[in-house]
Amino acid sequence: MELMICCAARLLEDGRTVAVGTGVPCAAAMLAQRTAAPSLVIFFEAGGVGPQLPTMPISVGDSRTFYRALMATSMADVMETCQRGLMDYTFLGGAQIDAYGNLNSTMIGKDYARPKVRLPGSGGASDLASLCWRILVVTNHDRRRFVEKLDFLTTPGYLTGPGAREAAGLPPGTGPYRVITDLAVLGYAEDTKRMQVLSLHPGVTLERVRAHTGFELAVAEPLLTTSPPTEAELIILREEVDPFGYVIGRCAK
Amino acid sequence: MASLSQGEGPLFADPSADRARAFFAQKPRALTDKLTSVADAVRRLVQDGDYLAIGGFGGDRLPTAVCHEIVRQGKQNLTLAGHTATHDFQILAAGNLTGRGKTIARCDVAYIVGLEARGLSPHARRVVESGEVECTEWSNYGLAVRFKAAAMGLPFLPVRSMLGTDTFKQSAAREIICPFTGEKLLALPAIYPDCAAIHVHEADRYGNCRIRGTTVADLDLARAAKRLIITCERLIPNDEIRQDPSRTVIPFYCVDAVCEVPFGSYPGNMPYEYFSDERHLCEWLEAEADMERYRAFLDNYLFGVKDFNEYLERCGGLQRMQALRQEELLLHRGR
Repeated sequence: MELMICCAARLLEDGRTVAVGTGVPCAAAMLAQRTAAPSLVIFFEAGGVGPQLPTMPISVGDSRTFYRALMATSMADVMETCQRGLMDYTFLGGAQIDAYGNLNSTMIGKDYARPKVRLPGSGGASDLASLCWRILVVTNHDRRRFVEKLDFLTTPGYLTGPGAREAAGLPPGTGPYRVITDLAVLGYAEDTKRMQVLSLHPGVTLERVRAHTGFELAVAEPLLTTSPPTEAELIILREEVDPFGYVIGRCAK
Repeated sequence: MASLSQGEGPLFADPSADRARAFFAQKPRALTDKLTSVADAVRRLVQDGDYLAIGGFGGDRLPTAVCHEIVRQGKQNLTLAGHTATHDFQILAAGNLTGRGKTIARCDVAYIVGLEARGLSPHARRVVESGEVECTEWSNYGLAVRFKAAAMGLPFLPVRSMLGTDTFKQSAAREIICPFTGEKLLALPAIYPDCAAIHVHEADRYGNCRIRGTTVADLDLARAAKRLIITCERLIPNDEIRQDPSRTVIPFYCVDAVCEVPFGSYPGNMPYEYFSDERHLCEWLEAEADMERYRAFLDNYLFGVKDFNEYLERCGGLQRMQALRQEELLLHRGR
């Protein structure tokens, strides 16, 4: 978990904007602010802009999300900031992800009227994935999640491949960027828009990543090894970002 | 040019701006005293079969007392705007599959069943997975825009979201072509809810409201709704409103009832007032796991109390509220 948060934090450039939810994304943005990206601006979809988060929020609309913030506004204002092209990153998750980075957070099962498991639905995910420049996904890596075919396409990745987002009417130049899992960091091949492994976490083999993935997985050249968290990152993460272990877990302390 | 498609889901709310105008033409707009009890407001303003929308963000600035009262009065066959619906959906779902008929019959879904980081509600899942709630899919921004279209007095607004997804396929949205640029856009039909309930920090007896913190979709929702119930932490004198009208975010002419409900967002968070009661929310989630236990839980907290104050008493009363106030203000962290 700590490694995943560090990987996510390192992807966030200084002077950029990021729309986050609670949990890992929030921890990653807070860590980035305290390391390489001090002027990163955090947005929450319920309307919190530029908070100085005193603790981990529990809800993306709770009062922590606009604690000592620059603005407390509306959901439409935040989403329209994305729609105007001002939001660089967003972090999403889901019950299922496919090779094109499409996400399912709506249901498990085949019959929409009688789902086997009903999940929350899009929330703001479909909006953020449509309108932000770069979509980051943080998730555990297993075959139940990394599937060939989604039960429901809640949130757009590259849809069916090159050109599909633009053909659907989504703003050009937007799309999935990175997937950070407990095994690897993945990106997308320029020509196919399919997921590919960029770096393996220390001690993880490519075979293991493939065994945990339900679709064919390409590999980037050269295949790197993920840098482990530095001592400085860990201290900030454990002492400042998440001192109560809400996200990194108490056992990690 | 690619052919245009449309969602296959049912449309639950009439987007007609003309029919909304006909309604608003006869809506009272005089500056009159609207102070009443939650029980009276719900009895008069929420009708069986209504399209209902709840303000706030699920467990944040939630009009809890109105949600409780709707279930306690056994309102039936409602269509719900499932916009960031977390604890509100959970409360209303207590009127489904518990031997009290069917409170939620249809839902425009953007976010339901879950309570964010707290997990999924077992009972809300039971209710939706049973098939007794007819659903149409949207997104959070999608529903916010649908309220915005209504607040603008329009039948629809276009967005660049939901395109290319199953969310769109299961919605009732329609692809359109921009008449100026030729780009494909998604047209979202306006929602003019029959009734909405919003919890605010302060209101006067006429319904002029002040909110601190994020407004989520509430400023548009207040203007979109045909009937609006306001619950407020504190009733304030009209003179205070007049001294700083720039702070009025919902005007009296949108409002049909004003109810003073201190700690009215409990067990949700009320910004600058009190934090969410995670202990109680967790207890609620755990009780839902078993139907017998859940019935007993509801009898104790919801059906067995006469009003919201009695619910607060059963949840620990003033002592608990004091602790949550300290938590909200971070006093428990030595601030």
